[in-house]
Amino acid sequence: MKRNPQRTEKIAFFILLLSALLVVMPVCLIIFIIIEKGIGALSWQFLTDIPRQGMRAGGIFPAIIGTIYLVTGAIIFALPLGVLAAVYLSEYSKDNFLTRMIKLAIVNLAGVPSVVYGLFGLALFVIFFKLGVSIISGSLTLGIMILPIIIATSRESLESVPYIFREVSFSLGASKWHTIRHVVLPNAIPGILTGTILGLSRAAGETAPILFTVAAFYLPRLPKSIFDQVMALPYHLYVISTQVPNVEEKIRFGTAFVLLILVLLMNLVAIIIRYQFRKKKRW
Amino acid sequence: MNKTVPKSSGSVNHPKITAKDLHIWFGKTHVLKAVNLEIGCNEILSIIGPANSGKTTFLRTLNRLNELEANFKISGSIELDNQNIFNIDVESLRKKLGMVFALPTPLPLSIFDNVAYGPKIHSIKDKNKLRKIAEDCLKEAYLWDEVKDRLGESAYKLSGGQQQRLCIARTLAVKPEVLLFDEPCSGLDPISTAKVEEAMLKLKENYTIVLVTNNVKQAARVSDKTAFFLMGELVEMDETNKIFTAPRHKKTEDYILGRFG
Repeated sequence: MKRNPQRTEKIAFFILLLSALLVVMPVCLIIFIIIEKGIGALSWQFLTDIPRQGMRAGGIFPAIIGTIYLVTGAIIFALPLGVLAAVYLSEYSKDNFLTRMIKLAIVNLAGVPSVVYGLFGLALFVIFFKLGVSIISGSLTLGIMILPIIIATSRESLESVPYIFREVSFSLGASKWHTIRHVVLPNAIPGILTGTILGLSRAAGETAPILFTVAAFYLPRLPKSIFDQVMALPYHLYVISTQVPNVEEKIRFGTAFVLLILVLLMNLVAIIIRYQFRKKKRW
Repeated sequence: MNKTVPKSSGSVNHPKITAKDLHIWFGKTHVLKAVNLEIGCNEILSIIGPANSGKTTFLRTLNRLNELEANFKISGSIELDNQNIFNIDVESLRKKLGMVFALPTPLPLSIFDNVAYGPKIHSIKDKNKLRKIAEDCLKEAYLWDEVKDRLGESAYKLSGGQQQRLCIARTLAVKPEVLLFDEPCSGLDPISTAKVEEAMLKLKENYTIVLVTNNVKQAARVSDKTAFFLMGELVEMDETNKIFTAPRHKKTEDYILGRFG
């Protein structure tokens, strides 16, 4: 058979388009199924009440609050540390043994399975530092888990700030830190926020790292302090799906729906801030 | 464009910058070879030469920007007012030697903040003082009339030529003694170039200027002295009119007449 370049082109195009469409499908299905099955559970009471009757009725308020606390804690811990480390790596470090070790460590940190973070958090924060099973232990564990994401995206955005801006600043007699503080960092903020968004979503959704460090199976009240245990949405979802018999389907999907919305809302805040910064950036 | 009449004798001015037996390497590449030259106060020195002749490297050595590159090596000495520049702390050295880059490089800030950026580094906080400095410097760079009503706008809204004059104003704002121009007109149209050159001639009254340029005619138009670099060596340096009328070296003549480069 003779090769027909036009037909080959058409077949290639079709296969590529099909792949792209196949990628979109699971996303749409997830959203569709969760909304379809979960929307019935949503009510003011579901969002603001404590769980009742062994989590078969009532609301999921403590779990919502728990997830918000944990994510906020993780970001408070990981964002400054990650950004400062990224500044060191992209602005100050020279290509030597120490730098290579640090970069290798960060790559490895990104590859650690989340359940291992959970065990690590248990050993270090809960037991060794005697912080107990608490919000602070869970936040720190989640924070360490999202550090590599924040460092990688921050470095990328720092390095995307044109080098000439630094030279201009130096040529006017600015010190290195002044240059970073006033020229480099402000222009890297949109990229850093992208990393924050990614880290935030990851932290909100993970079950394994909080399993041993903070999550309460059933705690129908709000935490009293950061040293208290708390319920969290992903773990609560796991519990009502597998550990508690006879939980209505709509409660399970409703919980998943709330988790999705929560992550979306937190992302939205970061996206709006990023948009504000992008508007100002022009070069 | 008025052609300036170079001063009859360069030796009247005491030397502002002196380079002695200057060698520079980037890794194994020998970029500058045994350069000796003196730049007098309040004169414009043009450095001409083909690409890769070490002109920009020389300029960036004066304000020590080259040090930021890894594997930069230097031997010989450079003195500013008889003081070794490597004994002056780098921030105050760069404050004295202002630089204007090849392409317009406004920072992503407003017009006003671009000019105020330098003084703010050197801890001038007072709003009125900053406004006064901005106005003076923008006037000195022949830009004030074009931007006085829109100082708050992004510097990127200006045209290329205006941006370059903004960069000149920004450099002046830290009150330097020497101005280093690195092919400042390479991205500009002839009219903007004329405006930048006009600014340079005026600036000469208060500053010493080193101008690296690929445009031989520009060197002839504005400079008092001209130095010709080739392959990292200083071929010759003299009064501009001597270089352009009776160069001592064949290579200089060939380059000026456009036979190579």
